[in-house]
Amino acid sequence: MELSFQMVMSQVMLGLNNGVFYAILSLGLAVIFGLLNIVNFAHGALYMLGAYVALLGYTSIGPLIGMPDFHLSYWAALFVAPLVVGAVGIVIEKTMLSRLYKFDHLYGLLLTFGLALIIQGVFTNFFNVSGDPYDAKPETLNGAVNLGFMLFPKYRLWVIIISLLVCFGTWYVIERTKLGSYLRAGTENPELVKAFGINVPLMISLTYGYGVALAAFAGVLAAPIYSVSPVMGSEMIITVFAVVVIGGMGSIMGSIVTGLLLGMVEGFTKVVYAPASSTVIFLIMVMVLLVKPAGLFGRES
Amino acid sequence: MNKILWIILIVLGLVAPFIVYPVFMMKLLCFALFASAFNLLLGYTGLLSFGHAAFFGGASYITGQLVKISGLTPELGILGGTLFAALLGYIVGSLAIRRQGIYFAMVTLALAQIVYFIALKAPFTGGEDGLQGIPRGKLLGMIDLGHVYTVGGSPVALNLYYFVFALFCFGFWIIYRTINSPFGQVLKAIRENEPRAVSLGYKVERFKLMAFVISAALSGMAGSMKSLVFQLASLTDVSWHTSGEVVLMTLLGGVGTVLGPLAGAFTVVTLQSELSSVGSWITVIIGVTFVICVLLFRRGLVGELGRVLKRSL
Amino acid sequence: MKKMFSNVVLSVAVLAMTSSLAGAAAKGVSDGVVKIGVLTDMSGVYSTLGGKGTQVGVEMAVKDFGGKVLGKPIQVIGADHQNKADIASAKAREWIDNEKVDMITGLLNSGCALAVQKLAGDKKRITMNTGAASTDLTNKACTPYSIHYVYDTYALGKVTAEAVVPSGGKSWYFLTADYAFGHSLEANTTKFVTKLGGTVLGSVRHPLSTSDFSSYLLQAQSSGAQIIGLANAGGDTINAIKQAREFGIDKKGQKLVGLLIFDTDIKSLGLKVAQGMQFTSGFYWDRDKATRDFAKRYYAIHKAMPTMDQAGAYSATMNYLKAIKAAGTDDPDAVMAKLKSIDISDFFAVNGKIRADGRMVHDMYLMEVKKPSESRGEWDLLKIVKTVPAADAFMPLSESTCSLVKK
Repeated sequence: MELSFQMVMSQVMLGLNNGVFYAILSLGLAVIFGLLNIVNFAHGALYMLGAYVALLGYTSIGPLIGMPDFHLSYWAALFVAPLVVGAVGIVIEKTMLSRLYKFDHLYGLLLTFGLALIIQGVFTNFFNVSGDPYDAKPETLNGAVNLGFMLFPKYRLWVIIISLLVCFGTWYVIERTKLGSYLRAGTENPELVKAFGINVPLMISLTYGYGVALAAFAGVLAAPIYSVSPVMGSEMIITVFAVVVIGGMGSIMGSIVTGLLLGMVEGFTKVVYAPASSTVIFLIMVMVLLVKPAGLFGRES
Repeated sequence: MNKILWIILIVLGLVAPFIVYPVFMMKLLCFALFASAFNLLLGYTGLLSFGHAAFFGGASYITGQLVKISGLTPELGILGGTLFAALLGYIVGSLAIRRQGIYFAMVTLALAQIVYFIALKAPFTGGEDGLQGIPRGKLLGMIDLGHVYTVGGSPVALNLYYFVFALFCFGFWIIYRTINSPFGQVLKAIRENEPRAVSLGYKVERFKLMAFVISAALSGMAGSMKSLVFQLASLTDVSWHTSGEVVLMTLLGGVGTVLGPLAGAFTVVTLQSELSSVGSWITVIIGVTFVICVLLFRRGLVGELGRVLKRSL
Repeated sequence: MKKMFSNVVLSVAVLAMTSSLAGAAAKGVSDGVVKIGVLTDMSGVYSTLGGKGTQVGVEMAVKDFGGKVLGKPIQVIGADHQNKADIASAKAREWIDNEKVDMITGLLNSGCALAVQKLAGDKKRITMNTGAASTDLTNKACTPYSIHYVYDTYALGKVTAEAVVPSGGKSWYFLTADYAFGHSLEANTTKFVTKLGGTVLGSVRHPLSTSDFSSYLLQAQSSGAQIIGLANAGGDTINAIKQAREFGIDKKGQKLVGLLIFDTDIKSLGLKVAQGMQFTSGFYWDRDKATRDFAKRYYAIHKAMPTMDQAGAYSATMNYLKAIKAAGTDDPDAVMAKLKSIDISDFFAVNGKIRADGRMVHDMYLMEVKKPSESRGEWDLLKIVKTVPAADAFMPLSESTCSLVKK
């Protein structure tokens, strides 16, 4: 097949579309890791949970609360799902993760791995593994935009734009505001921050909550594109882990940029040699590890 | 005391195929060896690999390929699978030990994922179908491992069972010897205090890599055995769920105990077969077990028992 | 420990029982019960078109037969193979070794089907495959105990290609599910497309159960082929068709052709999206009075009309039980001999016959999806455009590479 400009651009656009999901998810992981030093294996499962909140809110919640005509709209789901999942996250942090801080950080990874299995298992029991369609996509986002080289669905364009806004907004808050400076200080020296009269445990809970709320937000964005399925998160999370290893976990900006870039690289690979597209990120990871073990944006500890 | 325990276990192993479903027993032996090999790394070196399925599953494909396509005898097939896993372990280990702790876990996970994708895409693995119909073959070209004896009306592949049991004992013996050798003592020293081991002049990276390779090779042997038992090498064996499962077995049984992985493998495999009717609730149950282990039960079954008996098991 | 002990006691008891029964099994029904296992995708991408609905078909047949054969009870058990060959083969092994299952049916997913058929053949148990499509099942993988009942990739490829190519669909590009079934469907369809003077420009393979087809569709689009052939099934086909519309592919003159489509797929796509599509099927519930009668009874239980897999499972079970009755035993060799000698003729199969290679040949149908205006009810989805006689639809026995075919 010829390497036409049109082909490359189309696939790279689609790659960017995947890349924003990598970016939001790895951003959430980085935020959590920054303060809690925990790799949140449940991130994929909570991303999936976000999508299901949107789906069930649209299809099932009405009859359940005795209002059969009530459907949670897409726009409402964009707020509700992160709130619900964020709350779930805070409960997880308060009841379970907080007991493990005094032990090896690996236990946090193992605990969240167990949680991921539970959440995924429960949904596998009640829902179709191959996915249910989410039909609440708003009318205004139907149809396609002609980008010159391709017809690009409006909805996917919206996803790219809003994701970038959320990512850079989060970066701004953490790196450029007072609230962010507390967070960063808490990472470096929790004792000192405590001495300034800041409630560190609360800050930790809220950080975990925010990290997983980002995952849920991505889940809602993904719902109309990919069908909502119990395994959507587990397919995603491993790739996102590789993204995080490549970017280096400490850096907020690093995780965003790496996510976007790798999405596009993946898209480009689909044009050059499609079968390699699912491994290219992992191959890049190997190369990065050989040259710069701490990751592209990471600091050696 | 210890000797009696070993004798009881060996006798149980010898009579097992007459009492329980032999395929179940053989599956158990494969996973018990796998978990023991994994424990060598986690329990005695302090390295959490989240990608051990790559060795387990990778070796099962190689064995399948050697026995089915190249027509080698089963013992050569298993040898080939084990050597492959050792080589793969060397590559993955060299890369992964450049990082520590959580990073180590994630790097092994991601590298194992490459092996998964190769298994999915390469022409010789059968993709989603897996490598099917692997013959059990003739041991040393003489003893037919597929031969089925009728025991109380049920077909039992006794030859295969004792072959698998012997291999398990051999693998387990290697692990036991490794743990109790001077080499094992150094590994434990690294686990307890790596900077101190460095300052004592040990080339820590070399020791870690050695442990990784041994662990990978024996995991591969377990995978090779499994491919003969089930006559199939499939994607499940290389997927990260399998990597997680072996972590659970070890954690549940007791990290850093000799018998822990056996107890863990026994519990998990029994759960899986007893509860196969509940479908995917099994995933939930395994997840819950994980969470309970991590929160309340970090010593595992054997570790807790050892604490009660005030001795190391 | 307690649990293990109770297991041991139980196993010893079971052993004692089975050994006392083993002596009395020469004629009649072995071990006092005829057990039928439904092993299929109960939760995944194919569960709507097979799944529990297949088990419903089998159970209906057992009930209609009277629940007993040769005076012995008939029992139906079901399990989910999750589209994984290793789970399918482990389950089948356990069923055959421990549960003494006599016949296994369903077996959607060619990868799983091939694994189970090989195992069952080695252990001399009958498989009646109603779900899987690969022609390998009756060619290089055939066994004396295997029957392929409903359809296969040869018939699907042939009937559809013969409808599409002469009416202008000359150049093809395939979107193929990346496992035994997809490969087989692509290969068989390619054969007929080129035979009829068409060309195949290329293909792209996607994993089973893919949610995002966009990049595959773009590859198909840039190939410039007139026809994008979907060599996949179930949820994959549905997603591919939906997303092709999203990217405006059908507006640029390229046409999507589904090579394996079930009524349930059309139901979930909706007539508005699917109208006018042509495909091949082995059964349609609204063909004649007999099919409608069956479908009505089936609907009362399953709340959906039967697909060809589900109706086929009924027919296969019924004929299996009839063969046991006629043979006077459930001995697999005797039952297979009977099954291969009788005519299969019921609401499901017209002009049916089981050949030496295990292929059940029967009339196939070229279907077309109705326009929304033509539909008179929720399940009034399709019309039969053409009936293809058994002899023209399936691979001739002379071409079969099955070792059981005498040449």
